[in-house]
Amino acid sequence: MFGDYEAQRHWQEITFNLPVEQWYFNSSDNNLQYWGLDYPPLTAYHSLLCAYVAKFINPDWIALHSSRGYESQAHKLFMRTTVLIADLLIYIPAVVLYCCCLKEISTKKKIANALCILLYPGLILIDYGHFQYNSVSLGFALWGVLGVSCDWDLLGSLAFCLAINYKQMELYHSLPFFCFLLGKCFKKGLKGKGFVLLIKLACTVVACFILCWLPFFTEREQLLQVLRRLFPVDRGLFEWIYRKMDKVANIWCSFSIFLKIKDILPRHIQIVISFCFTFLSLLPACIKLTLQPSPKGFRFTLVSCALSFFLFSFQVHEKSILLVSLPVCLVLSEIPFMSTWFLLVSTFSMLPLLLKDELLMPSVVTTMAFFIACAVSFSIFEKTSEEELQLKSFSISVRKYLPCFTFLPRIIQYLFLISVISMVLLTLITVTLEPPQKLPDLFSVLVCFVSCLNFLFFLVYFNIIIMWDSKNGRNQKKIN
Amino acid sequence: MRAAAREPSLRRLSPHAREPGCGSSWLRARGAAVMAALGFATGSGNWFSALALGVTLLKCLLIPTYHSTDFEVHRNWLAITHSLPISQWYYEATSEWTLDYPPFFAWFEYALSHVAKYFDQEMLNVHNLNYSSSRTLLFQRFSVIFTDVLFVYAVHECCKCVDGKKAGKELTEKPKFILSVLLLWNFGLLIVDHIHFQYNGFLFGLMLLSIARLFQKRHVEGALLFAVLLHFKHIYLYVAPAYGIYLLRSYCFTANKPDGSIRWNSFSFVRLTSLGLIVFLVSALSLGPFLALEIIMWCYPSPTVNPALMYVDPYKEFLNIYISKTLNNQHGLELKLLDPNKIPKASMTSGLVQQFQHTVLPSVTPLATLICTLMAILPSVFCLWFKPQGPRGFLRCLILCALSSFLFGWHVHEKAILLAVLPMSLLSVGKAGDASIFLILTTTGHYSLFPLLFTAPELPIKILLMLLFTIYSISSLKTLFRKEKPLFNWMETFYLLGLGPLEVFCEFVFPFTSWKLKYPFIPLLLTSVYCAVGITYAWFKLYVSVLTDPPVGKTKKQ
Repeated sequence: MFGDYEAQRHWQEITFNLPVEQWYFNSSDNNLQYWGLDYPPLTAYHSLLCAYVAKFINPDWIALHSSRGYESQAHKLFMRTTVLIADLLIYIPAVVLYCCCLKEISTKKKIANALCILLYPGLILIDYGHFQYNSVSLGFALWGVLGVSCDWDLLGSLAFCLAINYKQMELYHSLPFFCFLLGKCFKKGLKGKGFVLLIKLACTVVACFILCWLPFFTEREQLLQVLRRLFPVDRGLFEWIYRKMDKVANIWCSFSIFLKIKDILPRHIQIVISFCFTFLSLLPACIKLTLQPSPKGFRFTLVSCALSFFLFSFQVHEKSILLVSLPVCLVLSEIPFMSTWFLLVSTFSMLPLLLKDELLMPSVVTTMAFFIACAVSFSIFEKTSEEELQLKSFSISVRKYLPCFTFLPRIIQYLFLISVISMVLLTLITVTLEPPQKLPDLFSVLVCFVSCLNFLFFLVYFNIIIMWDSKNGRNQKKIN
Repeated sequence: MRAAAREPSLRRLSPHAREPGCGSSWLRARGAAVMAALGFATGSGNWFSALALGVTLLKCLLIPTYHSTDFEVHRNWLAITHSLPISQWYYEATSEWTLDYPPFFAWFEYALSHVAKYFDQEMLNVHNLNYSSSRTLLFQRFSVIFTDVLFVYAVHECCKCVDGKKAGKELTEKPKFILSVLLLWNFGLLIVDHIHFQYNGFLFGLMLLSIARLFQKRHVEGALLFAVLLHFKHIYLYVAPAYGIYLLRSYCFTANKPDGSIRWNSFSFVRLTSLGLIVFLVSALSLGPFLALEIIMWCYPSPTVNPALMYVDPYKEFLNIYISKTLNNQHGLELKLLDPNKIPKASMTSGLVQQFQHTVLPSVTPLATLICTLMAILPSVFCLWFKPQGPRGFLRCLILCALSSFLFGWHVHEKAILLAVLPMSLLSVGKAGDASIFLILTTTGHYSLFPLLFTAPELPIKILLMLLFTIYSISSLKTLFRKEKPLFNWMETFYLLGLGPLEVFCEFVFPFTSWKLKYPFIPLLLTSVYCAVGITYAWFKLYVSVLTDPPVGKTKKQ
């Protein structure tokens, strides 16, 4: 019946009216079946803060029990304003500062870059249309990236801890952060400065977590209950993805068209398989990052790790693609063509969700605005040479074995065309035609399948960039 | 993860909450595709089409927002013109929103109705009062967006009239760029047309196009366009004196004496005749069919005609209905200002005439307002005659006419301020003094439009859009004229900054105070008074600059 909007309102009601100890526990006042709190403590604190403001404006909005399902124009305005304020305080300054810190581009390009990142339709549509506070966790993560890339390691790790404590999904980004910081410590020498840095980082992280979780340290049961709420392993997640008929553009959902993995294998084996796939797919990039830490490699590893998680792990939701899109936004100025393409596909992959929310018009309009902004400010269609796709070193090494390997940019251009045409066609079909009676989910499955194919291609592409990156660097050093 | 568990059904809360059903969603997609095609057809690398396309996309986003009773007004007109014979158009009174625009607008609605029937036949039924299906909404909104193409073209033509002498190196510092942003992204036009709902875009397009033609010395074309415009919407009669005098002085007299005064023997009778012919032909085309119908009905009263009409003098009746409707359908900012105890909130948005007696101050009669308006216009018109300064002088006179009638006219609607704001944008990029007047006029004028949108969901939209436009206009004009003296003195700065606290008080503080029930009109009163000060000040300042500026001839000699 209700969606995330009611969930967020309900959390305000719970956190305001109940003592901290009861937030995550099922009780007569807190029915966990009804949108129970299942995000980390920072979300709860944020809800509490909003609840105080809501109390000031209209106490009915957060009255215990009686406010369930409350909806009014004024309340909607209030809730949307809280999103805007969070966005203005956390996400937008991070984006602006990040673009200011970019090197080797003119001021005009920096402004254009910031504009394009802020115009990314996926985040706007989910936060302001569907209603969520993704900009908070993503904003904290961005502050983390910013800090770590500018060598303010402690601040960066602090910001990233806040991100994880706001939304556990940020764990998708944790491995690259860990590897990058570890790599930095290794680089400085584990016996000298590196060790000191490692200790400092560890202290920061532990202190941050302790501070965030302080009210829950009273009992062991408290901690365990919160953790159980955050990571509900006992729920058959793969199963309920099917039950809810939510189609996600990841491997398991897409290939269930051909092979019903769910019916063939027991659940624990499914989990093991998915774990193996995820681990294997992100291992090379992470090892590479640990051995040769560089801000650029860090950004690309963020992309590929998040993408691996999205494609291969359980418990995935369409909206998780935002976690991949954020790092892709960060490499927008380096590989404008591919990033724009990816961001378009990521918005498209959420089409069934957006249609459910009746957000077709806003999504079409914002997508077009984003596409035009990118096309105008980066002139993406002229940047499809091997050099600008960052595939130079890769194709050079392929050419050693296959001298006629010069058609890569052209292939990518054709793929782009095919992908865009298929996306437009599928959108039109989904919107205009009624699906056949026997297959009511035909179109959403097709959307997922097409997006999944695209994402697989991007996973390969980003991994190639990461693996061939240093050779390029070494070559340059040699030339120098 | 957990989010998947919640059904993402914000149906009632999503921006499209007011639209029942989503069966028409394919139409939205198609509309946006058309916009894209248009944008690319004109070349996507071009900054002008990027600006136009951007604002078009913004307009599409405003589709589900609040719309006023004007929406129903125009739907009713569609129904009237589609389903009734021409002779009945101006008599039909099933709905209270009778057709009260000149004939060309009626024909415009007639043309639209032939597209509308493919969207939803039901909206064309006269008796279907307050009908508003999602398809009707889409059709009406897209008709406004689509007819704005004329406005975009007019802006493009206007940009050609701006001299690029001061052009900076950066694109964003060029007067052309600034002008096109100021016109295309005009806040007032956006909220009046695309939220409140009206067809001002293409009408202002006609006006700007005729101004651009006068700048390009294509006088006949300009006169033709303005005559057509007058028969679309009679409110433009306010600026007709400027057109008349300018064309007479600068077109019918072909030469001046060296000191700039008039040379009587250079009068060209052919030119005057051609102008007269144009006005006559356009009027004949517009009013002719209706007059002819009335005369036929008068001469041959047939039993098929409504018998009630046969016993009145049809011609007189027609004129009566027409004139009374057209002149009276708008309310005055000034009237509201004078009449604090009788301000109904609904009157801010309704187009109905409400006769009310002033309780505090004596009532103002229409005749008195007419005399005041004429007195206010007169000096500027004299100036245009005795001190011709080319098209720029004409533009100043036009703005003064519009402002004078806004300040002193009878039953003026707050939307009428756009009549001064849009032409003023053309002047603003030319001279620092004009830029400062423009900024004061625009900011206060736009702020005075705020009461048009009184619903909660539109509150952030109007505030953010207004901020966006105001900040852009101030910063861009400041960079353009950075070498000259500052645009505002301390008093003006103080006044403009005062709008912020005023808005905070009216929208955020006042609703929580105990006065809300007792004196609900206070925010409107404050807004009106505060804005009236700014607009009067801008009018006064512009008048002073017009009267004291030396004629063109002298400045050239100096």
